[in-house]
Amino acid sequence: MATSAVKVYGWAISPFVSRALLALEEAGVDYELVPMSRQAGDHHRPEHLARNPFGKVPVLEDGDLTLFESHAIARHVLRKHKPELLGTGNLEQAALVDVWFEVEAHQLSPLAIAIVVECIFTPFLGRERNQAVVDENVEKLKKVLEVYEARLSKSKYLAGDFLSLADLSHFTIMHCFMATEYAALVEALPHVSAWWEGLAARPAAKKVAEFMPVGTAGASKKHE
Amino acid sequence: MAPMKVYGWAVSPWMARALVCLEEAGVEYEIVPMSRCGGDHRRPEHLARNPFGEIPVLEDGDLTLYQSRAIARYVLRKYKPELVKEGDLEGSAMVDVWMEVEAHNIEATLWPIIRHCIIGQYVGRDRDQAVIDENLEKLRRLLPVYEARLSVCKYLAGDDITAADLCHFGFMRYFMATEYAGVVDAFPHVKAWWDALLARPSVQKVMAGMPPDFGYASGNIP
Repeated sequence: MATSAVKVYGWAISPFVSRALLALEEAGVDYELVPMSRQAGDHHRPEHLARNPFGKVPVLEDGDLTLFESHAIARHVLRKHKPELLGTGNLEQAALVDVWFEVEAHQLSPLAIAIVVECIFTPFLGRERNQAVVDENVEKLKKVLEVYEARLSKSKYLAGDFLSLADLSHFTIMHCFMATEYAALVEALPHVSAWWEGLAARPAAKKVAEFMPVGTAGASKKHE
Repeated sequence: MAPMKVYGWAVSPWMARALVCLEEAGVEYEIVPMSRCGGDHRRPEHLARNPFGEIPVLEDGDLTLYQSRAIARYVLRKYKPELVKEGDLEGSAMVDVWMEVEAHNIEATLWPIIRHCIIGQYVGRDRDQAVIDENLEKLRRLLPVYEARLSVCKYLAGDDITAADLCHFGFMRYFMATEYAGVVDAFPHVKAWWDALLARPSVQKVMAGMPPDFGYASGNIP
């Protein structure tokens, strides 16, 4: 088998690693996932630090180019292969993609990740779930999702009537979030819910979802 | 062509991120001052511009944008595309990488230090040295990576200044006004990079609106 020119290093169960994989799947690019072990501390080893001196995953190698930070990787892949998903060539559209791409990273994901860590990942971190942290983030997330509901009542997708990286960038974090009992927050909002279902139905999303088996809720939905 | 409008308080490091890019772009713009202590950002007229109730907000004709990095990208892409390496696949990828590094590491580490060292005293919040120390520790682990990077190229994304460098300005400005500036100064290439940023006319102009006490001591409470 020929070695792929494109490699992603990391553990695919991470929504950050899988964000990179989703971009590659949407781009229809051949790639190789080089699995790493978080438990074994592969990301702290010299050979990984040579790729990403911050010692994190994912890392993308695309020919001679080595990139880290999942958002930067996703932008690069789509800029190269599917620039329409960045609104390239239209300043206003590109700006709206950027706005909602930032909103995902700074308004929604920090809250969703905090909830996901407590609800799904605490057993792996060797500690008990902190319900106070969950409750605080759920309250904030409700308000953020109301803004999404209002936005998605006006346009089919976040940046406008076209699908973009802004929408896609939500998938992997939300896939994990929707496996918690707080999925109801999304299900209660008709436009957010429909938008989510649309994202999750994409072939690229279904493929990447298989890399992130995040619990019984996720598993049972897979078999529906 | 009507000048662009930027809504917010000029002392904000997020506002500074947008303003320094507007200055670099050389484009005409007007700051529409808002009052943080007056809660202007929570009023209906502002929520109509930014439903997340934050600043800065940019208006360019019919286009209303928020999230300071999105504003930065738009302004530079429109007026100084070389600062986002537009059209250069590898160059723009490096700009993106270092903008994300700043977004996920620097802002989150410097802001708590700034809040406790500078702002706290004016808003009746006790300084929490444990929070400061925890973030200084993180910073001390990040700076060697920056030092190594800036030893091989002049700026973060390569040998030219880009949005990646400019986006660091606002938070660095206040951090370097705390007693912990020496933590950065200990890294010669990082210090040289910071000094180069400070020397830029755009940075000087924006800094003039950012007194090191956020305006609190002079009664210009944001």
